[in-house]
Amino acid sequence: MSRKISYREAMRAAMHEALTNDPRVFLMGEDVGRYGGTYAFSKGFLDEFGPERIRDTPLSELGFVGAGIGAALGGLRPIVEVMTVNFSLLALDQIVNSAALYRHMSGGQFSVPLVIRMATGAGRQLAAQHSHSLEGWYAHIPGIKVLAPATIEDARGMLAPALADPDPVVIFEHAGLFNMEGELPDDWTVGIASAKVRRAGKDVAIITYGGSLPKTLAAAEILAADGVEAEVIDLRVLRPLDTATIAAAVAKCHRVVVVDEGWRSGSLAAEVMARIFENAFWELDAPVVRVCSEEVPIPYAKHLEDAALPQPEKIVAAVKGLFA
Amino acid sequence: MIEFKLPALGADMDEGTLLEWRVKPGDAVKKGQVIAVVDTAKAAVDVECWQDGTIGELLAEVGQKMPVGTVMATLRAAGEKAGEKAGEAAGKAVAAKVGDGGTAAAKVGPGGTAAAPAKLPQTEPQTAPQAAPAAPAQRRLISPAARKHAAENGVDIDSLTGTGPHGAVILADVETAAAQGAPAAPRPPAAVTAELPSAEKGATRIAAMRQAIATAMARSKREIPHYYVSEDIPLARALAWLQAENSQRAMAERLLPAVLLLKAVAVALRGYPELNGWCHDGAFVTAERSNLGVAISLRQGGLIAPALLDAGTKPLTTLMQELTDLVQRARAGSLHSSELTDGTITVTNLGDQGTQAVFGVIYPPQVALVGFGRIVERPWAEDGGIKVLPVVTASLAADHRVSDGHRGALFLRELAELLQHPEELDKEAS
Amino acid sequence: MTRKTPVNQKIEHRPPPPPAGPVPWDKDFALQLLLDMLRIRRLEEKAAELYGEGKIRGFLHLYIGEEAVAVGALHALAPEDNVVATYREHGHALVRGMPMQAIMAEMYGKQEGCARGHGGSMHLFDAATRLYGGNAIVGGGLPLATGLALAAKLQGETRLTACFFGDGAVAEGAFHESLNLAALWKLPVLFCCENNLYGMGTAIERAEAQTDLCVKAASYGMPTFAVDGMDIVDVHATMQKAVAKVRKSAGPVFVEFRTYRFRAHSMFDAELYRDKAEVAAWQKCGPLHTFTARLKAKDAKGGKAKLTEKEFLELDKRVQAEVAEAVAFAEAGSWEPVEDLLKDVHTPEGTVTAAPQASTKAGRAKSPAPRSGRRSSKPTSARGRR
Repeated sequence: MSRKISYREAMRAAMHEALTNDPRVFLMGEDVGRYGGTYAFSKGFLDEFGPERIRDTPLSELGFVGAGIGAALGGLRPIVEVMTVNFSLLALDQIVNSAALYRHMSGGQFSVPLVIRMATGAGRQLAAQHSHSLEGWYAHIPGIKVLAPATIEDARGMLAPALADPDPVVIFEHAGLFNMEGELPDDWTVGIASAKVRRAGKDVAIITYGGSLPKTLAAAEILAADGVEAEVIDLRVLRPLDTATIAAAVAKCHRVVVVDEGWRSGSLAAEVMARIFENAFWELDAPVVRVCSEEVPIPYAKHLEDAALPQPEKIVAAVKGLFA
Repeated sequence: MIEFKLPALGADMDEGTLLEWRVKPGDAVKKGQVIAVVDTAKAAVDVECWQDGTIGELLAEVGQKMPVGTVMATLRAAGEKAGEKAGEAAGKAVAAKVGDGGTAAAKVGPGGTAAAPAKLPQTEPQTAPQAAPAAPAQRRLISPAARKHAAENGVDIDSLTGTGPHGAVILADVETAAAQGAPAAPRPPAAVTAELPSAEKGATRIAAMRQAIATAMARSKREIPHYYVSEDIPLARALAWLQAENSQRAMAERLLPAVLLLKAVAVALRGYPELNGWCHDGAFVTAERSNLGVAISLRQGGLIAPALLDAGTKPLTTLMQELTDLVQRARAGSLHSSELTDGTITVTNLGDQGTQAVFGVIYPPQVALVGFGRIVERPWAEDGGIKVLPVVTASLAADHRVSDGHRGALFLRELAELLQHPEELDKEAS
Repeated sequence: MTRKTPVNQKIEHRPPPPPAGPVPWDKDFALQLLLDMLRIRRLEEKAAELYGEGKIRGFLHLYIGEEAVAVGALHALAPEDNVVATYREHGHALVRGMPMQAIMAEMYGKQEGCARGHGGSMHLFDAATRLYGGNAIVGGGLPLATGLALAAKLQGETRLTACFFGDGAVAEGAFHESLNLAALWKLPVLFCCENNLYGMGTAIERAEAQTDLCVKAASYGMPTFAVDGMDIVDVHATMQKAVAKVRKSAGPVFVEFRTYRFRAHSMFDAELYRDKAEVAAWQKCGPLHTFTARLKAKDAKGGKAKLTEKEFLELDKRVQAEVAEAVAFAEAGSWEPVEDLLKDVHTPEGTVTAAPQASTKAGRAKSPAPRSGRRSSKPTSARGRR
């Protein structure tokens, strides 16, 4: 048995569950209360849980993300929502210079059990300042975990283990997925330790995460029609990367395409490729290639935005290039 | 598709004339196989192919004169199917043999900075810009997965035909081969037969050779600051040993003093790497082996210096055979291109017909030349007395940009010392 | 009617008159505070010496001249209060109760240090005394203090969080965001600004359009105090008032301690930005010698002084011995094995960082310290069943 729900509903259910089950959990961010959440993830929460636990914040990302760190140090389990990844740059100091460092810098005395959630990605014609994918930057930082739920199940299930984690966890929710609907099985188990095979194949492994997962699965369907069986790997956990699953997929398929909505240079895709060369070089039967965003700020006009992003056709072309 | 280009076969060569094709379209060729004979002004030279493959089209016509770098033929790498590329007639397809990538000839000179200089034909730096742009090193393409699978299953990867992009051997090729029981051991390379070339070409060629020598020697004197040292070397012990040795040998196997001298030079060079190699644009590269270019004067006039490859490691008997063969083929105009380009130092030996001493002109891009005069009996002071002994005057002309006279002198002293122990020279192997 | 905001571009760099007058404390308490100031002074003098010997490396920021602030202020706090400090925090750590040995060993980089040598001089942490760093990002501690206070409030705890920062931090956005949040949410934070007139080498009037820092804080609607930071009696009395205000109102209070650093900003500072005469003038107000003089003076009725020269020398001897022990401890310390390099990047599996609580209002003050090493089966995944 299963039921059909949207990514948005799954996220909301996850937070509702966390707020219900653990009194230490509270939600803080811009317009999470009266407005009901920028993306309506917390609609109705204010009435149910009260203003102490559903805290609207001023527009001060540095301040309230830092306060989240302090609250975590003080014994709570904050969920801090940042409206978009672009705005999170205002809080980067607190995330990188405090949250990620406290455990180490204090010689193991202070952990920061904080969850920061933020919307990421393009595809909604929101133009350059609301559309970027900077997951790779966060995935560079030791001391934090970085998650990218790309399925209904992960949207529903990743928050609980993230809150149970004693260290800071940053969750990137691709805004292009929010209206996606899918089946949530009655029984599900979601961990935050490994990548997952979303589609089994043998001819090429396509490794991706976040908003590019549905596009990659669409590409795999097109390829299947042409007789190419693509295995699709959803990284899910961007830090620490699940090298074993990546290497296993390479060993199985011998050809790899990495799809990443981040810009190509210095991207997470580059890190995935480096892991492949380090761990699975002898399994390769073709060069590893990637499909990334064009190196341009994400434009407003639809046709330009589409052209800037990874698309199923580009993924198909990249795969076919490996067999040419 | 691999382009087979006219290689530069010497420092002084910037064009050549095709004398003969030894292959025809569709022929499978192996690395090292002679596929054409080219007149280089100095000699008719067998031109070797540097990769395995199948001959596509022959683009150059016999008698055609062309600059270095001209595409003479096209070659399909192993696995490249005939008819895939435009310009190839369908039906020309031939079962592709072992592909081994190889390197387009004529691209990397011994003094160049590219990899494996000693194995590749040299490029005359001054003519390089005229040559076609350097082709990417066409190493044989084998995917890592194919290599691993081949190693695990005992499949000889060199025996496989690649079906991947650019003719790469990919995993599927190995799997197919493994299923069919491919050979596990490398196949012996096809014997390279060096047939005698067609008749010599007469006065025009002699004039051209003169011109080529003039160009090379003028360049040498223009660019290389020579210094000279010489040493008289008593050969009483060497000749006595040679006489005893030859008395036990059949006539055909007897050794000439020249072989002893050549071997001694090659062995002495081990301690003097600055004399053995190539200098390109002021950058010196030491050669790993000693390939002695042996100056051979041709009957019709002119001079050529093909190389005795790796002379330091070979027994005297072998060296003697190779020297004989080299002289014969040089005079017959049938040399391999590698023999013309791989010399790391030149040795000129005037022999019986010569004068007492010779001071040579270095053959660029080499950096040294050893000269031996005629062996003559001379009064020799030793142990407070005067004897009459056979003596040879050895000289060294060397490039002062790379070495100094002091080292050059030490080298000649070492040479003299080695020649006092001929029996050990014979045993020297590596 | 237009309200005028006072603007003072010409800040007075001359010191106030040296602290004087009777000390209104009993002898034991007075000597306790004197002892703490001496401990900071002697510890840091030794640290400067050891820096010259290469025993201590990296950045070393000395508090010498400002001791009255940390000592006077921190003695007004309760043990359960939180403290967030800056990179000039040796004094704060010491007064809060961190053993001098742990501080010295940390500066040596030894694993016996409070942070196993991970932090050095700038990153002193101590769960036992609720010292949350040692934060070397200017302004970095303010949002943390705000959050700590939020946690205390939501958990019904009575503890306040004292956050120390310098005048330089006032220019950072973090200052304004934190004061705003704390005031907006009525959080028990004591914002303690140690105004020593220079943000590194930049004088406050060259960095601030409004040099009256209390005016800035007051704009967020919180009570403010300004106090002569060279006068430990004044510092302590004012801090007691401020603490009481926070506990009573459960909202933030801002205190500006006007003080002066006698030494260079750090060990790499040629002090080109201020006159020696200015330093000399402030040294006349030095908290140690003025306080000592006040304690040695006979009281108004001509009664006994609180301190004799002999007692002072004995006190100093004790402190010197403590410093010597700390150095010996650090010298004898060991290096953390390189195999443990990655140990403290993430919390080990199964470590409980704070005890689960039944209710956010339960008011249980649990130590956030994970040192206890309690283990639990940390859920690493979520399960669902409709």
